[in-house]
Amino acid sequence: MLSKGLKRKREEEEEKAALAVDAWWLDPGHPDVAQAAPAVASSSLFDLSVLKLHHSLRQSEPDLRHLVLVVNTLRRIQASMAPAAALPPVPSPPAAAGAADSLLASSDAALSASMASLLEDLSHIEGLSQAPQPLADEGPLGRPTGGAPPSLGALDLLGPATGCLLDDGLEGLFEDIDTSMYDSELWAPASEGFKPGPVEGPGKEEAPELDEAELDYLMDVLVGKQALERPPGPGR
Amino acid sequence: MVLQSSKRHYRVWNHRRLGPWCSPTGSPAPLSCETGCGEGSWILVCRLLVPTQVSLLSMEEDIDTRKINNSFLRDHSYATEADIISTVEFNHTGELLATGDKGGRVVIFQREQESKNQIHRRGEYNVYSTFQSHEPEFDYLKSLEIEEKINKIRWLPQQNAAYFLLSTNDKTVKLWKVSERDKRPEGYNLKDEEGRLRDPSTITTLRVPVLRPMDLMVEATPRRVFANAHTYHINSISVNSDYETYMSADDLRINLWNFEITNQSFNIVDIKPANMEELTEVITAAEFHPHHCNTFVYSSSKGTIRLCDMRASALCDRHTKFFEEPEDPSNRSFFSEIISSISDVKFSHSGRYIMTRDYLTVKVWDLNMENRPIETYQVHDYLRSKLCSLYENDCIFDKFECVWNGSDSVIMTGSYNNFFRMFDRNTKRDVTLEASRENSKPRAILKPRKVCVGGKRRKDEISVDSLDFSKKILHTAWHPSENIIAVAATNNLYIFQDKVN
Repeated sequence: MLSKGLKRKREEEEEKAALAVDAWWLDPGHPDVAQAAPAVASSSLFDLSVLKLHHSLRQSEPDLRHLVLVVNTLRRIQASMAPAAALPPVPSPPAAAGAADSLLASSDAALSASMASLLEDLSHIEGLSQAPQPLADEGPLGRPTGGAPPSLGALDLLGPATGCLLDDGLEGLFEDIDTSMYDSELWAPASEGFKPGPVEGPGKEEAPELDEAELDYLMDVLVGKQALERPPGPGR
Repeated sequence: MVLQSSKRHYRVWNHRRLGPWCSPTGSPAPLSCETGCGEGSWILVCRLLVPTQVSLLSMEEDIDTRKINNSFLRDHSYATEADIISTVEFNHTGELLATGDKGGRVVIFQREQESKNQIHRRGEYNVYSTFQSHEPEFDYLKSLEIEEKINKIRWLPQQNAAYFLLSTNDKTVKLWKVSERDKRPEGYNLKDEEGRLRDPSTITTLRVPVLRPMDLMVEATPRRVFANAHTYHINSISVNSDYETYMSADDLRINLWNFEITNQSFNIVDIKPANMEELTEVITAAEFHPHHCNTFVYSSSKGTIRLCDMRASALCDRHTKFFEEPEDPSNRSFFSEIISSISDVKFSHSGRYIMTRDYLTVKVWDLNMENRPIETYQVHDYLRSKLCSLYENDCIFDKFECVWNGSDSVIMTGSYNNFFRMFDRNTKRDVTLEASRENSKPRAILKPRKVCVGGKRRKDEISVDSLDFSKKILHTAWHPSENIIAVAATNNLYIFQDKVN
């Protein structure tokens, strides 16, 4: 606030007006921007929103309202950017995106751990008896106990276990876990091994029935070397 | 988080009167009938500062000696973050005013009683009681710290000599009893005057203990603790008109409690989706109807209000009425949803209307019309072109509250730069006032403020770019029957009164 008696110079006012005009393209609220350069405006806003989402998720107990509003805003931005080719993992301007990416890469482990705990809290607080499923190493597979996997979806930043947030675009953030994983042949032999029969041993005794190749694949997925192959479905 | 363990003392800085005292009329005086909304008829009654780390002057000494340490009061550095006021609420008679702060403390102010000798002091509020309502807690299961910040205080109507209020932090609601003690028993047989047990063999006579007057002592005791019912953060509590139940609302659920029962509550609203990935909307505020104990409303982050009738079903997931205004296509932006998120919802005293506050406007809705509000007031429309910056610095997520006056003719809400706004629903006039030490002379009439939106800035106007966005008025309260308002600005509580000619 200006103190009493201090007059603002006319030139200052004009300068400030000019500066304000220069930055108008960044403000999607400006009527002209909507028609002019939505892609440019959106990408910087997109980065900002992604950063906000990260920051929000990093809280020990995120503000759900803030989180939901940021996610919904991200959805809007993504919807407006959709016409511009497939969503690149490094959206322009490169500088901002680079910063965002390095931020993502370096904080991924911590982020995934914190997010895993967040999601567990959100989903399991009602006393569901699913065991904790750390995502950092195993990817979204975890153990196929119980029915539905932990609710990741909108709050799932990991996507395929490659460490890059935007590999399959924002769509990946909002789609279901492909539960066909749990119906796959990898696991079928183990369960089939539990057929009522003379030997009702624990699962380990049935393990040798798994193909070696299948075991290898499974191990690779578990240690994150193998990208999960999920069909990129339409956004929810 | 550092626990504030220092003792707190409160100072009242009473401005000296410059003119003759004008006592307010008994009945609520709408601004339109008196000096008018736009003519600056509000005066500062007192400013109450809530400091820590102070010298040990007690309240009684202050009143007696009128010694105010001016240099101390001017120094902001004494105030800590724990002193930031997070809620303000008058009780049903307006005699008491409660504040809660980030440090988990509740301070109750009482209105100065009218007396022949000091008639000019009526209308001032002095500290009545202070207590630590909530402490920081640690949730071991989730390894999370639970903030002690008081989110809301709600008074119960007075039914006996004691006062009762509900205070809540993010997870736990507590019922506090505030009572006065001005007598104490003396003359026990088995105890001496210091309370030590006497040797029974020394007792040779029996006497009847008598009650003798003592210095007034106000004590606050927690009568009920309603815990472990909320997974998410509690944003609202509301006492039902039956005075037997109340509700508490968090981001996804609303629970109904009976005051007598602390180990269970009824879940009456649950908007948690089966898959959290489908979560797109949260509950932002909730309130019971002032007269119909079966009716309540809750608002959402998408700018909708749902009115529910508890008679319809046990779980009120299906609303009876749904209030939503269609989006204005010309104002559409990426931030449309964020600015439509409702931060506060309040029934009018009459129960006919509800008022909602979103980021840029205050809206009044008629309960009988769901498709649009009957009135919309622009609080600070000049911010509409700044939404991007406000999104960047997170100000766009600020949650402002709104209040009705006693007769439902004027509504008030806060803004930035320590500004707050009043809208007269009858005359359609509005005024912007400022709660600030620099601009408040004792008993002088508050000057209306104006924000310059463009073009030539007149003298005394403030340009949008000069606004201080760190000074936000989120919490205000209006006396239930008189034109007295309480405005919380960080750690300062301002009390203003309408000067009636």
